[in-house]
Amino acid sequence: MRKVAIISYGMTKVDRHWNKSLRDLFSEATLKALSRVDIPKVDAIFVGNMCASDLCDQNNIGTLIADHIGMISIPAYRIEAACGSGGAALHCGFMAVSSGIFDIVIVGGVEKLTDGTGKKVTLSLGKAADFEYEVFYGITFASLNALIMRRYMEVYKVPRDAFADFAVLMHKNGAKNPYAQLQFEIDRETVLKSEDIADPIKLYDCSPIGDGAAVVILCPLEDASKYSDSFVEIAGIGSATDTIDIASREDLLLFKSTLIAANNAYKMAKVSPSDIDLVEIHDAFTINAALSLEALGFSKRGEFDKLLYDGAFEPDGIIPVNLSGGLKSRGHPVGATGVYQVAEITMQLLGEAGKNQLKNAEIGLAQNMAGVASNSFVTILRRYK
Amino acid sequence: MKPIIDVVISGWGSYIPIYRLPVEEIARIWGTSVDHIKRELLIYEKSIAGIDEDVATIAVEAAKNSLKRAKINPSELGAVFVGTETKPYAVKPTGTIVAEAIGATPKILAADFEFACKAGTECLQCCIALVGSNMIKYGMAIGADVAEGAPADPLEYSAGSGGTAIIVGNKNYEKEPVALLEGSVSYVTDTPDFWRRPKESYPSHAEAFTGDPAYFKHTISATKLLMEELGLRPSDFKYAVFHQPNGKFPLRVAKMLGFNREQIECGLIVPYVGNLYSGSSLTGFSAVLDIAMPGDRILLVSYGSGAGSDAFSFIVQDGIIAKRDNAPKVMDYIKRKKTIDYAIYCKLRGKIW
Amino acid sequence: MSVPRYWRCIPQRIKMEALKCKSCGKTIYPPRARCIYCGGNDFETYVIPEKGRLISFSIIRHAPIGFEHTTPYVVGIVEFENGLRISSQITDVDINELKIGMEVEQVFRKVTEDGKSGIIQYAIKFRPIFQNI
Repeated sequence: MRKVAIISYGMTKVDRHWNKSLRDLFSEATLKALSRVDIPKVDAIFVGNMCASDLCDQNNIGTLIADHIGMISIPAYRIEAACGSGGAALHCGFMAVSSGIFDIVIVGGVEKLTDGTGKKVTLSLGKAADFEYEVFYGITFASLNALIMRRYMEVYKVPRDAFADFAVLMHKNGAKNPYAQLQFEIDRETVLKSEDIADPIKLYDCSPIGDGAAVVILCPLEDASKYSDSFVEIAGIGSATDTIDIASREDLLLFKSTLIAANNAYKMAKVSPSDIDLVEIHDAFTINAALSLEALGFSKRGEFDKLLYDGAFEPDGIIPVNLSGGLKSRGHPVGATGVYQVAEITMQLLGEAGKNQLKNAEIGLAQNMAGVASNSFVTILRRYK
Repeated sequence: MKPIIDVVISGWGSYIPIYRLPVEEIARIWGTSVDHIKRELLIYEKSIAGIDEDVATIAVEAAKNSLKRAKINPSELGAVFVGTETKPYAVKPTGTIVAEAIGATPKILAADFEFACKAGTECLQCCIALVGSNMIKYGMAIGADVAEGAPADPLEYSAGSGGTAIIVGNKNYEKEPVALLEGSVSYVTDTPDFWRRPKESYPSHAEAFTGDPAYFKHTISATKLLMEELGLRPSDFKYAVFHQPNGKFPLRVAKMLGFNREQIECGLIVPYVGNLYSGSSLTGFSAVLDIAMPGDRILLVSYGSGAGSDAFSFIVQDGIIAKRDNAPKVMDYIKRKKTIDYAIYCKLRGKIW
Repeated sequence: MSVPRYWRCIPQRIKMEALKCKSCGKTIYPPRARCIYCGGNDFETYVIPEKGRLISFSIIRHAPIGFEHTTPYVVGIVEFENGLRISSQITDVDINELKIGMEVEQVFRKVTEDGKSGIIQYAIKFRPIFQNI
């Protein structure tokens, strides 16, 4: 097994890109990533995407992308794991390079949500859940998270405000991220007075609907210095599944797939939660933040709010969370999100994160998931010394 | 008419949706005089099916209630008939939906009947015939509707939603018979007093013509025929239930036939739920079974426009006592209610989308 | 949802047939090829009880296609005596009377329609218990 490096990254701003198509977005991110390195070839492309079949009426995304970026004839794969597609694509790319099958691969994620109408998007995103036993009943993706959130507040007596305040923190971070979709600050009232979506979830508990693409380029760690002066190591990966419907879970308030994925990633990277300098978590809804941080080992169960109010998740806290603004503020171009997270950690480790730059960051963790943590992808990156 | 084998009622069950639209609300929209409506129609409010209800769901709930009282395995049913004029599908049986949902498939006869408001008792006649000829052990007859009158039409004040299921059994097998059938008659003529053409959303009617030559002629004739055949007089009945398109018609027909108000009062549900169409007389009958005692004789007379009446005479049996409390009673459903306004009514019944 | 796909699930969504694992005795719903607890694949049919308890709920204000005209509607997770849980809609309920722990019972209802000309899709939903009979 070879060690694997990320030698470049590229992102589009997450936005409603009315004048850009799925392939335009991917190409933009790819060309940015390619411009930073000098590579002789690309062996394969792995693309994470969830909704193109529903919203762009397009399948065969691998080919579409390879064609558009002038790489016809190389292998191209579309990886789909709902909102975890980007994380899944990264892990597939990692495995391909690590195994020696390919040397240089492009891993990207792309999503074009604004080609669909609101109701169509709601339905499409809902398909991360069990269509026959959840979506069939009109259950939306937001409502699944709402079911968990209500349960969490009931069981742990965590106040509603804590979730609003997490959103406030995300916007504070996102306001400084040029790639973020929602680059503005909000206050608690913004969340609490925002529109009801699926009670108790309000609009500002949700990540916005947007388009975007993110790309990273992988190669064997031993070759990385040939192509770039700055690169990071993928020190550990872990992924795991859980029941596709949430009701079947023995513990509704445990993101078991994240827990297992994280443990495997920690083991592989030979680190523990206390070694992690920064984390990008999958806060598609504010409740996800609580359960993700708990499953990753950054908070005791049910104590998310205590750490939040202790400042633990602030940029200068014990474990800075989502310096990018997270899904909440940076945005959640579904199948691209997992790659955005990894690109953002890479930026931080390379010291290229601008206004959001954390000092002396050495190890970062990205947690990307599908559905309500029915599939989790945890990736640990290490600054290469 | 009387079957060769004695048949009994083995179980009964009704269902009325939770929503009520007071006539005041309808009058408010159309600027009509509510006192006049209450006085003339004797209707205070009507039951409205929820947004996720239709004849199939109402029939299933009534059927499940009837099974709880009959205490039989659904697979013992040999027939499920649904009488309605508001089928969820123009083509596709409601009976199969009901049979499947209650676990009575596949060895069963299933069909939908339509005869305006009389379809429910037609189903009953057919179950009596099938059980009475020993072709089946138990038959389920359902009358249910999600009736609607055209906006601003007088029928809009009365057309309600609900239904009742009656399980007919063989007297020789039934350990706890609810009521014994004494006899029945059907009386029909071609009298076009009320109808709905294909693809029309609302029924049409011939106004006052729906009275004397239609409702009154047929119900009176059927009742008289039945009493004649069985050698009975109005005073022989403890209870009488007539089809209830409004409160006034059954009261008047009872008076014309020589029944007093006490005999018909407890089966008169129309003031509180409106006209349940195919479910109307059967649900009135169900309300009577909810309180009748062994030995009581009950007259049941339906009326369907187009036109015809079925009349039945039942004598309540001892088994009624042990079964009565196994399911919600009609009065329980009448009391369980949520009042809605005209806007919600329009939303629930798909009038604005 | 296509006709065969709707029709195929009638035993599960209307007759409420779950699976009981013969190896570990646990019940699972929706059905799976193998038990999620012990991996066993020998099952018997387990009919989900009429009554259960609401352990969480949400009120949907933004609906997907097919449910646009039914908002606000309630979805929830219902737990049964043996611990089995399922997701469904909660119907005939006042939003203000909803609370965690409330008793609910099965009720056969329409879920959606495949347009004006397509099939009507029915299933068991849950509602507050009407009478404890």
